[in-house]
Amino acid sequence: MGKTLFDKVWDSHVVSTIENGPQILYIDKHLIHEVTSPQAFNELEDRGIPVFRPNQIVATADHNTPTLHQDQPIKDELSRKQLEQLSENCKKNSITLYELGHKYNGIVHVMAPELGVTQPGITMVCGDSHTSTHGAFGAIAFGIGTSQVAQVFASQCLLLTKPKSLRVTVNGKLRNGVLPKDVILYIISKLGTNSGTGYFCEYAGNVFEDMSMEGRMTVCNMSIEMGARGGMIAPDETTFEYVKGREFAPKGEEFDKKVAYWKTLPTDSDAKFDKEYSFDAEDIEPMITYGTNPGMGIKISETIPVDENPSFKKSLAYMNFEVGESLINKPINFVFIGSCTNSRIEDFRVAANYIKGKKKAANVTAWLVPGSKQVETQIIEEGLKSIFDEAGFELRQPGCSACLAMNDDKIPQGEYCVSTSNRNFEGRQGQGSRTILASPLVAAATAVEGKIIDISKQLN
Amino acid sequence: MEKFTTLQSRAIPLHIENVDTDQIIPARFLKATDRKGFGDNVFRDWRYHKDGTINTDFVLNDSKYSGSILVAGDNFGCGSSREHAAWAITDFGFKVVVSSFFADIFKGNALNNGLLPVQVSLAFLSDLMQRVVSNPETELVVDLEKQIISVKDSELSENFEIDAYKKTCMINGYDDIDYLINNKEQIEAFEAQKIY
Ligand code: SF4
Repeated sequence: MGKTLFDKVWDSHVVSTIENGPQILYIDKHLIHEVTSPQAFNELEDRGIPVFRPNQIVATADHNTPTLHQDQPIKDELSRKQLEQLSENCKKNSITLYELGHKYNGIVHVMAPELGVTQPGITMVCGDSHTSTHGAFGAIAFGIGTSQVAQVFASQCLLLTKPKSLRVTVNGKLRNGVLPKDVILYIISKLGTNSGTGYFCEYAGNVFEDMSMEGRMTVCNMSIEMGARGGMIAPDETTFEYVKGREFAPKGEEFDKKVAYWKTLPTDSDAKFDKEYSFDAEDIEPMITYGTNPGMGIKISETIPVDENPSFKKSLAYMNFEVGESLINKPINFVFIGSCTNSRIEDFRVAANYIKGKKKAANVTAWLVPGSKQVETQIIEEGLKSIFDEAGFELRQPGCSACLAMNDDKIPQGEYCVSTSNRNFEGRQGQGSRTILASPLVAAATAVEGKIIDISKQLN
Repeated sequence: MEKFTTLQSRAIPLHIENVDTDQIIPARFLKATDRKGFGDNVFRDWRYHKDGTINTDFVLNDSKYSGSILVAGDNFGCGSSREHAAWAITDFGFKVVVSSFFADIFKGNALNNGLLPVQVSLAFLSDLMQRVVSNPETELVVDLEKQIISVKDSELSENFEIDAYKKTCMINGYDDIDYLINNKEQIEAFEAQKIY
């Protein structure tokens, strides 16, 4: 029987198997940031264990960083200490760190692919659940807890049981205005937030084949939102083209050799998955969420469904929405375009393209937060910033920002925020805030109108 | 890590599904650089109103209920990978969480911190939840060796699954780092002959 993409990458990284137990899996690349690494460094230090392979670790500061005045000292004392601790830990252990203000700084899942750290066929981990993003390259990439961060520091390996395999296939032609974000929100709304638990997911079909790397990253990013540890897309010419020439990508002959290997990775035609789903691209429309988990999504033109489950009702009560209600024309005062789901250059191009020549509604506070320093520079160089400025949008400096509101970028109590991030949990964007997840196009349109509109009508 | 063999305790019923790690410990409390003290803020935004007053409607503030077992609704621990969630729950005093489903990363984090996730059937959970809610004095017994959870002095009990390796670690208080470090040579040999 043939092997899946996941099998091929996993099997080539197994150091050994414990009888009736987990396997030792070798990890090629380890990404770290300020929030989930300090306790791991402490643990190693307490036990007198050195970092085993410091040159396979890349560090950035992103979760806790301000998005204004990054050149000045950070005001919040705890945040400043956390960043100082990261710098100190990296220096002590000879780990490359792109700290605040560095030209390569950014959200870990935006900067690593940009630098060519992320490559097909590798294993990659980070103390962050959205590490699934990097699966877009055909890598096995997944989030880990801090104890596991310490394990990888100590041994460059993890003890794991091989997950089961799941394939989601989407074929057909996407409608006008349907973006990769809509595709993944649609899939999660159909399958639910725990359908992927215990599985690694492969996305297949022409819809993903035709997507840019940015789009594929948006899709794989939200694999965790259906419970899957990670998502993967087979590497192809689009992948090789993206990786080629980047800072840490293999060069010259070495690159060609890698490409020859990467071409052997896609799933064999006779490989079997433990679970399969498939959808038609034509059925997908621009999506929006109405509840407090990412599975609570509808087509923007639909109304909120009926459900008697107490948790469902609790969720609607939190959002102050009612069963049967449509979200069209809901006034919205906050819009956030950013996060590791949608803060790449393509996302800002989509937004700018819509916004050009229009003005932001007066009631709306709109934050545009690039995923990295490189994206920020590109926004300025491509002239997108002047479009945003003219329309009254605020372009801030890179970081996780209002995605998790650890810094000052918080949505006030009771307010709705149409957000391109990945989680609409209670209080995720600030205590009492209400998050509505959507694509950058829907977010841009909301900011211009000051309310949610049926974008599909405008485009057709 | 603390050893875990058996536990008899009352339980606190958290009758909510899809409890995500943002609820267990909100992001604004993740600025600390050590593992201690997160229990003060576990379920912070459910335990306290925004003005800092106590939300007496929330079960953790209901003095009727006590114990080191948390009985929670389906799909517990989804969302962010923050291990702070497991630290917050253990720091508050829980040693076991019972649910009909756990998110992968949370489960792993719990096991790495001596917190036992006991996964039971939906039917068992609903029965258990009802008993604990209606009688706060209900005592539960969790036997890791036998992999059984039961309600004391009753017929209600169920077997639960746990990875054999993880079970050994919990019972002996070992962690994965010890194991991996003991296998350094093998790891180095692997590095030397990597095929990709
Ligand atoms: S942008 Fe949001 S989801 Fe992504 S890494 Fe940062 S906090 Fe996590």
